[in-house]
Amino acid sequence: MEFAIRCENLVKTYAGKPPVEAVRGVDLAIRPAECFGVLGPNGAGKTTTIEILEGLLPATSGQVEVLGKHWGRHDQEIRQRIGVSLQETQLSDRLTVYETLQLFRSFYERGSTVERCLEQVSLTGKSRSWVKKLSGGQKQRLAVATAIVGDPDLLFLDEPTTGLDPASRRELWDIIRSFRQRDKTVMITTHYMEEAERLCDRVAIFDHGKVIALGTPNELIALLGAEHVIEFSTENHNGDSRSSGELDWMERLPTVDHVDEIEGQIRLTVAQPHIVLPELMQNLAQRNLRMASLTTRHASLEDVFVNLTGRQLSEN
Amino acid sequence: MARLREFYRQPEAVFWVYFFPILMVVALGIAFRNKPIEEIKVDAVRSPAAETLSEALASDPRIKLTLLDREECAKRLRTGKSDEYFLLDGESVEYFLDPTRPGSIVARNTVNDLLQRAAGRDDPVTVTDYELDEPGARYIDFLVPGLIGMGLMGGGMWGVGFAIVDMRIRKLLKRFLATPMKKSHFLMGVMASRLVFMIPEMILLIVFAHYAFGVEIYGNWLAIIFVVLLGATQFSGIGLLVASRAKTLESVSGLMNLVMLPMWTLSGVFFSYERFPETVWPIIRLLPLTPLIDALRAIMTEGATLASQWQELTIMTAWGVFSFALALYWFRWHD
Ligand SMILES: Nc1ncnc2c1ncn2[C@@H]1O[C@H](COP(=O)(O)OP(=O)(O)O)[C@@H](O)[C@H]1O
Ligand SMILES: [Mg+2]
Repeated sequence: MEFAIRCENLVKTYAGKPPVEAVRGVDLAIRPAECFGVLGPNGAGKTTTIEILEGLLPATSGQVEVLGKHWGRHDQEIRQRIGVSLQETQLSDRLTVYETLQLFRSFYERGSTVERCLEQVSLTGKSRSWVKKLSGGQKQRLAVATAIVGDPDLLFLDEPTTGLDPASRRELWDIIRSFRQRDKTVMITTHYMEEAERLCDRVAIFDHGKVIALGTPNELIALLGAEHVIEFSTENHNGDSRSSGELDWMERLPTVDHVDEIEGQIRLTVAQPHIVLPELMQNLAQRNLRMASLTTRHASLEDVFVNLTGRQLSEN
Repeated sequence: MARLREFYRQPEAVFWVYFFPILMVVALGIAFRNKPIEEIKVDAVRSPAAETLSEALASDPRIKLTLLDREECAKRLRTGKSDEYFLLDGESVEYFLDPTRPGSIVARNTVNDLLQRAAGRDDPVTVTDYELDEPGARYIDFLVPGLIGMGLMGGGMWGVGFAIVDMRIRKLLKRFLATPMKKSHFLMGVMASRLVFMIPEMILLIVFAHYAFGVEIYGNWLAIIFVVLLGATQFSGIGLLVASRAKTLESVSGLMNLVMLPMWTLSGVFFSYERFPETVWPIIRLLPLTPLIDALRAIMTEGATLASQWQELTIMTAWGVFSFALALYWFRWHD
């Protein structure tokens, strides 16, 4: 088996008026033992894609192969070997944590014991608690536990950390990392660039139902051609600077690769910030512009997204 | 399969499931208890003749006679305050009554007998009345099997229907679809968990009716349990079918009412369906609730055997199998 997941020219159009083209020709090839991230804003088509790969939605057209098998022909075999955590599932409130896992364990031919699984997600102490009494992070860990209790070769996680606080998010990352140590394949969707950067071997950036970039986090950042970002805003700024040509002079500053403006913030992607900054200050002073805020940082996948689309990945 | 039972831990449902049918038996049992007629409310249009005869009527202690003018008499009859009124005029008497009210007929006959005797009629045959109130033949005996049937219908359909739609809203059904779980096992598990709930409920109801109203079981207990089980299975299956595509609780309850309403009225819960025209009986008998109630009634009040109810049992089995198979085929696992 060369690939854990392969899909070619995947298309999904939801019927309706007007029809929604949620996925518009996606090719993916995910290798065994890889952690593959799908990064994109809300509505990019991440959930639609992952649910087609999970065999929960029929594709409008395209080829899909999961663990060397095809949906529609080997459904039971595939389901025995994959684990799934959906974007929004509320497990039964009226079961205890232990009973929930016992139920899911009963569906699979093979797998770990419920106790071991509870240990893996650090819920041993909560084994007798009702599901409804769990915190958001604990619920999400239980959802992941139901996905790994059948000891799958391939784990699908759809936005497992959305809405969680940073500590819970980190706990979940640890669980995913330790699952991977057993040579398992993971496909995870997220709209947190930090999550994709830290957790994934390779990342596909989705936008409007298409893959707009694919590679390791480092490769993607290297696409920028420059690894640092300077963001600033000016006090007496008004209107769209790009149309009035105000940004042109910034592009000509030394080592600047790219200039964007988003919601009043100007973002320079640069190779050597220590050379750019003094010149930038000098130029602003000449134009009677005063800086209101300034940050410089290492470029991230967020910047890759901005570079490719001119939009911000997350709303905040 | 049995693990799915745990889905049904709903303490708040216990009240409705266990106590509501009992409350219903209490209320209806009291309202329709077999009491001898204690009071016959009779009005007479005021006239000298009526006044003379009021003494004759006083010989029956149950009669309460009021003399009023004619309009008042008519109004009281219309509003149910009196059982009948009469107009006495020399040699003739006119009775005004509501033939749909049993009390009205009794009043007319009682008053008529007394008036005729006072006028000199001699009854050539001596008459004595014996009133029927043996257990097995009273209204409450008729009612309890009807309420069990209704309870099984409501419990089976609501219980299964709401559980399924709730799981669909929570995307739990979709989550289960992503596992190698056998779909038929899951649906059977949901039905089975419902049965586990309903059997004790119905036994409790029968035991209560026995101690509170002396409702006797003439047939075999095991036969009754079998019929209850079959009825519960049948209605859980229909519940699955009704909920197999519904996306919201509102739509599923609308559908449930649509399915249940005809059976509430037609299948003989509160009164025999033989009151409907004979031509529709065969159709009524094919509704799932009718054979359940008929079989329960035959076994409980007539002591019929299970074998004698084979037609009813066949119809119920057919409903169960048909609805389950169709539900499995129709079922929508995700949005
Ligand atoms: N069941 C559906 N019917 C119609 N449109 C849908 C449905 N599910 C998702 N969509 C639309 O498809 C697009 C992609 O959605 P989704 O795959 O959920 O994106 P993401 O998971 O990246 O946020 C969105 O525009 C969404 O509104
Ligand atoms: Mg999504």
